[in-house]
Amino acid sequence: MRHEPTAASLSRPGGQPVGAPSAANPAANRDVTTALPEAPLPAVQAALAPKTETRAPNRLRPLLRWESALVVALAATVLVGAATSRQFLTSANVFSNVCLLYGELAIMTLPMTLVILAGEIDLSIASTLALSSSLVGYLWQQGWPMPGVIAFVLVTGALLGWVNGALVTRLGLPSLAVTIGTMTLYAGIAEIVLGPAIITNFPSSYTTIGVNPLPGTGQLLSFSAAVFIVLAVLFGVLLHATPFGRSVVAIGFNKEAALFAGIRVKRVKTLLFMLSGLTGALAGILYTFRLSTAESDNGIDLILPVVAVVLLGGVSIFGGKGSLAGVVLAVLVYTSLQSALLLTNFNANGLEIVTGGLLLLSVLVPNAGQLASRARSLAGRRRLGVAAHAQLKDGTP
Amino acid sequence: MPADQGTPTHDGTSAPLLVVEHVTKSFGAVKALEDASLEIYPGEVHALVGENGAGKSTLVKILAGVHPPDRGVLRLDGQELALPSPLAAQDAGIAVIYQEPTLFPDLSVAENIFIGRQPLRRGRRIDTRAMHRRVVELLAPLGVDLDPQRIARGLSIADQQVVEIAKALSLDARVIVMDEPTAALSAYEVQRLFGVIESLRSSGVAVLFISHRLEEVFATCQRVTVMRDGRRVLSRPVAGLSADELVRAMVGREVVERGAADQAQGGRLVLEVDNLTREGVFVGVSFRVRSGEIVALAGLVGAGRSEVARAVFGVDRYDAGRVLVEGRPLKKASPAAAMAAGIGFVPEDRRLQGLVMELSIASNIALSSLGQVARFGVVRRGAEQRFASDWATRLRLRYGRFSDPVSTLSGGNQQKTVLAKWLSRHPRLLIVDEPTRGIDVGTKSEVHRLLVELARSGVAVLMISSELPEVLQVADRVLVMREGRLVAELGRHEASEEAIMAAATGQVEVLAR
Amino acid sequence: MTSPLAWADGQPGTAPSGSRRLVDLIFRARELGIIGVLAVFVAVAASVQPRFVDSQNIKFVFSNTVIFALLALGETLVVLARNYDLSVGSVLGLSAYLSAHLFSQVHGIPIAAVFLVGLAIGLGCGTVNGLIVAVARVPSLVVTLATLYIFRALDVLIIGGGMVVAASLPGGFLAIPTSSAGAVPYLAMVVAGVVALGAYYLRSFRSGRELYAIGSNPEAARLAGIPTGKRVFTAFVASGAIAGLAGVLWAAVYGTIDSTAGYGYELTVVAAVVVGGVNIFGGSGTVIGAALGALLLATINQALYVLGISSFWDKAIDGLLIVVAISLDHWITVRLTAALRKRSLQHAT
Repeated sequence: MRHEPTAASLSRPGGQPVGAPSAANPAANRDVTTALPEAPLPAVQAALAPKTETRAPNRLRPLLRWESALVVALAATVLVGAATSRQFLTSANVFSNVCLLYGELAIMTLPMTLVILAGEIDLSIASTLALSSSLVGYLWQQGWPMPGVIAFVLVTGALLGWVNGALVTRLGLPSLAVTIGTMTLYAGIAEIVLGPAIITNFPSSYTTIGVNPLPGTGQLLSFSAAVFIVLAVLFGVLLHATPFGRSVVAIGFNKEAALFAGIRVKRVKTLLFMLSGLTGALAGILYTFRLSTAESDNGIDLILPVVAVVLLGGVSIFGGKGSLAGVVLAVLVYTSLQSALLLTNFNANGLEIVTGGLLLLSVLVPNAGQLASRARSLAGRRRLGVAAHAQLKDGTP
Repeated sequence: MPADQGTPTHDGTSAPLLVVEHVTKSFGAVKALEDASLEIYPGEVHALVGENGAGKSTLVKILAGVHPPDRGVLRLDGQELALPSPLAAQDAGIAVIYQEPTLFPDLSVAENIFIGRQPLRRGRRIDTRAMHRRVVELLAPLGVDLDPQRIARGLSIADQQVVEIAKALSLDARVIVMDEPTAALSAYEVQRLFGVIESLRSSGVAVLFISHRLEEVFATCQRVTVMRDGRRVLSRPVAGLSADELVRAMVGREVVERGAADQAQGGRLVLEVDNLTREGVFVGVSFRVRSGEIVALAGLVGAGRSEVARAVFGVDRYDAGRVLVEGRPLKKASPAAAMAAGIGFVPEDRRLQGLVMELSIASNIALSSLGQVARFGVVRRGAEQRFASDWATRLRLRYGRFSDPVSTLSGGNQQKTVLAKWLSRHPRLLIVDEPTRGIDVGTKSEVHRLLVELARSGVAVLMISSELPEVLQVADRVLVMREGRLVAELGRHEASEEAIMAAATGQVEVLAR
Repeated sequence: MTSPLAWADGQPGTAPSGSRRLVDLIFRARELGIIGVLAVFVAVAASVQPRFVDSQNIKFVFSNTVIFALLALGETLVVLARNYDLSVGSVLGLSAYLSAHLFSQVHGIPIAAVFLVGLAIGLGCGTVNGLIVAVARVPSLVVTLATLYIFRALDVLIIGGGMVVAASLPGGFLAIPTSSAGAVPYLAMVVAGVVALGAYYLRSFRSGRELYAIGSNPEAARLAGIPTGKRVFTAFVASGAIAGLAGVLWAAVYGTIDSTAGYGYELTVVAAVVVGGVNIFGGSGTVIGAALGALLLATINQALYVLGISSFWDKAIDGLLIVVAISLDHWITVRLTAALRKRSLQHAT
């Protein structure tokens, strides 16, 4: 028996394919009703039905809880900060001790979030910042026009990211190892480019971003903070509302399944590393102008704080789980806490203890419930053992 | 098949070796086992069957010491037994062989068998020589020869199971639990395993054998226990039991197995595979698939079937040859290009390859069609759910809410989700790799029927399956692969289990054309 | 197996040893490879600048290597079990300052006692890491990133702006890294001995093999009844203790200790381990390889210096070396797996 090409209905976009009939559109499956009754095998269906009653707990809830915990932490920090120092809530403090100091760090957390969500890591981003800063200084000294310098540095940043991406996706190397390597490599190239030189003679029209607040922001925001806000929105949309972002999350949860779903895993990852390099270069340019100084080790120590803040934001180191809102909140918590502590004359160098403590909390608190239940189950098992023992002794069944 | 019908191992007089008494186990609100019981006698192969979700896996995990039971008792030799850890189960003489053993790829075969128990010499140092000697002794009666010093990386699944069995023997295991050991094995490897099981049985070991394939139950087992909804519904000697009775007990009602009504002749040419070669994996594979026909790719596991399919879909590279879809060459190593050309691919491992278990049902269905649920580059959740609900309804997917993670679904419904993902793209060619592996009998026949419907509506279907009854029931044409080569092409009327096996094992070469 | 029935009368003892030889060769080749690269560097550097192989210079390379070789030993134990200890630099710093500070606090304190104090500090830090990782089952990358900050901050809070200067340290203590037999410092021999002991332990003791098993497949390790938590905990304690000891040695080598001692060492140590052929995801590699990795990094830096190449090239070359090492290592693994699979296939048919 020949079947005439009902196939057309399958390939026609929006057409009603006839793989299985839908009661809503009986006309479309007229061809197959002979082979497939409307409600076949009721027995099987009935047998299957009860199993679907098993409802899982909403996966979003713990995530939301973590973000609300961050909001509470932020509120507490602000309250304590305001209570201990009258300067804390002044625009001067917000501008110079928060926005200005941490702008570049904050910017780098954004691509890092996406990279970690995709199940990878880019430890070379701070070295990219350093190399970019060195290049800005070097090229400016060579007499390049500033717009040309900026364009060149941004392109170079993307290229450095591409190198990471190619090593990870084409050779299949673990990004943790690759970017430990390129972290050293890029920092090394920065040293080769600039050597011991320190370049400071940048035009004041650029270096003003390190001195003056952005006009129209009530003396609050630095230029880099404004860039962070704009980028945070862009990255947020990119991650949570685009096919690209969905691909990133799918890859982070299950790379293999993403590949089998037709997602271009290698391309997405390479793009992420390029985005990371590009953003690192941008941060390098901002860093250089803010301090009006190009030096080969500029910002090199930012790498661990950047990773720490992203993890503090609730992003899983194993990929997939996390949100950009969480990371933005973590940036706010981290920076306001640091500035509050600075104002209370806490030993400035001891601030890192706060970073470390927060980071530990960020992994311990979400696991606290699990820890408690493990303790309970251990105790329960012991009880069960005791009961069994007692039964044996009594000889009762 | 060597079922030893002559020597009934359990005549009711000997005492059971292992007893599971009224065991209950819940995970959260889900009752996985409810008052489940089981008795296994020494020297018997005891089958444990049931649909997915019947509680078999939970029972296995309890016997393995992975989960403690909430209520109920285990007895070994009449003695009450607590299994708080996998180690305790091991010490008690209960060994579990999983479907896909989890070996240590970087350690040697010998160390995989003896990890944590390596023979020692003076100073508590490992006696490597003695360890290797022991491995050779353990493998000999199994009739398998593996180099004890070889690292486990790259071992076939069948050899991995052999390593696990050798480990069980080294532990003097008295109860060996095999959790769907044959699911990933070729027919030949299954026969080898049955030989091993028989030698275990005759040495007095009790084997608990879990399988979805009833013919294996009848071939190797003396007694069978059927579970349904976490309870035991039947426990009887296999002799005198019919397949129908078993299936009825599993499902709880009659199941109507439907055969494909009639053979499609096939329409226009959809897929042409020309001399496809991937070094060391498959060589010179050529075949065609027309619209409206179901072509099965049969053969032993490791023959290169999945690998050919993966190469066609572009997940893997190939070294030579070409693939044409509707006459147009397909770019190699690009799933995106294959999808654009109208190919859909349901991979063999739905948990690892088919689905992103943590994502929602809707997201999984829309994952391959993200462009369609986005407007101006922004994914709309509403559109995604509408998109998903269309095919979910048609496939009669059973779910709570679309926003639930797909991991909350049963195996069969998970497979339907994968199918929905691909059918929503209206494929010209659907490749299905082991479409019914590990899913319950009911959903299985639904999937079979769906494939037939799809073919009738003009889709070309390429199916890889290790289950010969399935191949014979569904396929219009059977291609047989052996050792990376296509060795036979059988029409619907030539195809039989014997013919396929003969070609797959190399006894006959019948390459039509 | 040649026919479907062959298994029935398979002959034990005739297992083919081809794959074994291959595996052996490749595993030895990892260390041989490093030694080869090392030899090339030494040869080139020595032919251009004979001064490179004079005893003064060799001594310098060794004393630069010992601390990283020790840290790499501890780190390898952790990495083999698919974990990371990023806190080693901070532990080293803490131990270096606190132990050296003892000389001015407790007059006439025996040098051995100071080493014990350093060891105890390392043990304490390692215990903290191990407990959090093993009990709370939290990814160690995050935990030790956190303790990296916390231990360093403790260091800073204790030291404030102060430092220990060489003048306050006894001569016997400062002589530890410099006393030598010919060009080879005694200290380098001791460290080589410790590394050899570590290698022997990992090869010949159950708990050592279990570290490999955990890194190779953590889930299977748990199922096999390996006390994974205990083993991982022990690895962290050992890594901490070794970093503590290395801290005391650091004080002896450099003499001047402030709060930046060991700053940034963690990633260099991981680099040495990776260059030494230890898989970053655990399961394979040796401590000898890791120690050789540390030696290679030190040798190259010194070779550049002796050759008159600006020290600004050091970092870039280290980085390049890491990238090349992991690429090569990966290439070998891929080839090895393919060869083994092919063998398994031939074997089965």
